[in-house]
Amino acid sequence: MDVSLTLIIIMAVLFAAGVYAMLERSLTRVLIGFLLLGNAANLFLLIVMGRPGTAPFWGSADPEQMSDPLPQALTLTAIVITFAVSAFLLALIYRSWQLGQADTVEDDAEDVAVRERSAVDEDSMDDEVSDDDDDATTDFVGVETAPITVLHAKDVPGLRDDAPTDRPHRGGDR
Amino acid sequence: MSALVPLLVTLPLLGAAVALIAGRHRRTQVVVSVLTLSLVCIIAAVLLVTVDSSDLPIAVSVGGWPIPFGIVLYVDRLAALLVMVSSVVLLAVLLFSVGQGAADGDDDTPVSIFHPSYLILAAGIFNAFIAGDLFNLYVGFEILLVASYVLITLGGTESRIRTGVVYIVVSLVSSILFLSAIAAIYGALGTVNMAQLSQRMGELPQETQLVLHVMLLVAFSIKAAVFPLSFWLPDSYPTAPAPVTAVFAGLLTKVGVYAMIRTETQIFRENDVNTVLLIVALATMVVGVLGAVAQAELKRILSFTLVSHIGYMIFGLAIATPAAIGATVYYTVHHIVVQTTLFLAVGLVERRAGSTSILKVRGLMRAAPLLAVLYFIPAINLGGLPPFSGFIGKFALFDAAASVGTPLMMVVIVGGIVTSLLTLYALVRAWNLAFWREDDEEHGESENEARLSYLGAAPAAAAQTKRRVIPRIMTAATTGMVGLTIALSVFAGPLYDVCARIGASLMDPVTLVQLEEGAQP
Repeated sequence: MDVSLTLIIIMAVLFAAGVYAMLERSLTRVLIGFLLLGNAANLFLLIVMGRPGTAPFWGSADPEQMSDPLPQALTLTAIVITFAVSAFLLALIYRSWQLGQADTVEDDAEDVAVRERSAVDEDSMDDEVSDDDDDATTDFVGVETAPITVLHAKDVPGLRDDAPTDRPHRGGDR
Repeated sequence: MSALVPLLVTLPLLGAAVALIAGRHRRTQVVVSVLTLSLVCIIAAVLLVTVDSSDLPIAVSVGGWPIPFGIVLYVDRLAALLVMVSSVVLLAVLLFSVGQGAADGDDDTPVSIFHPSYLILAAGIFNAFIAGDLFNLYVGFEILLVASYVLITLGGTESRIRTGVVYIVVSLVSSILFLSAIAAIYGALGTVNMAQLSQRMGELPQETQLVLHVMLLVAFSIKAAVFPLSFWLPDSYPTAPAPVTAVFAGLLTKVGVYAMIRTETQIFRENDVNTVLLIVALATMVVGVLGAVAQAELKRILSFTLVSHIGYMIFGLAIATPAAIGATVYYTVHHIVVQTTLFLAVGLVERRAGSTSILKVRGLMRAAPLLAVLYFIPAINLGGLPPFSGFIGKFALFDAAASVGTPLMMVVIVGGIVTSLLTLYALVRAWNLAFWREDDEEHGESENEARLSYLGAAPAAAAQTKRRVIPRIMTAATTGMVGLTIALSVFAGPLYDVCARIGASLMDPVTLVQLEEGAQP
């Protein structure tokens, strides 16, 4: 199976960049990371197709000369799925921003509880623990520089505390 | 008979379309979705009886493509049994949610999208169970995942968005991993058909097999919430509406387990990672249940026990004898039903008492005696007390492990017994506090408080919502599910026979020729 080295390199770079972006706390970057990863996986499907040939239409060429059609079908399906999920993610990011003016991934409730509990223990043990890294998060880039907080730093007209929810009208058709 | 198979997927999808169009007419939506799922139940029952009695799996090649090339839907005993159980569970939970929606004035559930998403979720689950090739399995996963993204963030409240984001991002990663694994497998073997894969996989060198094997297992382990890939589950499930959590807990993780059963028994028959699986199973059981003990909120307790009991199924897979696979299937069926029932019962507690924190709820035994029974029976069932199905399933697993008898097996058996006792402890403690403790009990209160003080820091320990009456249909749905858990114990004989036959037939996987024969009308 001979395949283009360029494609393999592009796929590897896309995978690496995608994983890096997905590790960020900002949801917009997560979305970008997901798109990169999705394209990397699609490229992977194309690479395993093997040597490219002519279009795989019945009778148009000798079957030996044709491309393998199955990975193309798989790639198309995967593209559609990635598209739908990205649309959903965008809606989610918008909603997250509408509710909290940020698009960050929040901490797990259990992690917060454990952190608070261990903070209490540390105090009671009177250890010489510095509180410097109390605000340390796993961010590679601070929340302040996250795309959506940068764009809309303060008082945005579109931001509402009582953002509407999808509720049916009371007493409507019941 | 084969004409019925595609209906398992197309009926819920059609139902979803109709329910979406009828978005403004709630009664129509309810009728459509109940009717659809009832039809699927009947079809699943017919398929199960046919497949089990004729001993011949049914295969359908969609679109008439010759078998290894096109999409194959494939119903053997395992698929038929799981479709049957999950359709019954989906129907019961749907009725529960109808009762909740009708009584609530819908503060939590935006009804117009609930029914369509729920039916699409059902279609995805059924598609995953009857998929005959890896890529169709992937599509089934994606259908159910996208529907679950909508359901877990239902209403778009702040807490649901927060927890939903974690769930969604984790699921995305596992999907990409699954897709890459499919690409790698196609590159190595030139097929994604499971029957063909099981024949060709042996031709690859062991190292290549191992890479492909681990890729698939990691992708499925994230979905099945196997330790250490289970971190996302206890945080994301409890905030969703009660019926959504119930169906997620019962079915979504089990689809992952089902995919693992298929990979282990059908695709990677000659590549052995059972020792690793055993250790992972032990860790899942113990770590999960220790999490449950430290929780104060009922839904979080149940989420942690859910993780811990996935460990039993992985344990059964890791033993890898026909008897163990049969026991795994029985345990999966038992766990789908019991875990869903428990979440439904807790949904009722939340309505009745206005809270699910065991520090706050009290005196329910007197106030709601039926509810006390509805919680107690599945709780001791999950804890594995005889004569219930949890005991039968665990006993069958331990029996299969003991007959292999390596030292590691014995360690995992001990771990399993400890886990089962700790589950019982966590659930019965919750029962004692929420139901048994008197409402106006003054005596010994300070002692109680002191003993429970360590739970005070647990998440959602002080959460409080409105107290509301329980509509009759919600109680009826939960009672029906409790009845089903008892039926699993009473009819354990015939059911276990079916599971044993599944175990035996999975050890001898279907060949391409049989698949073609099964496709003959």
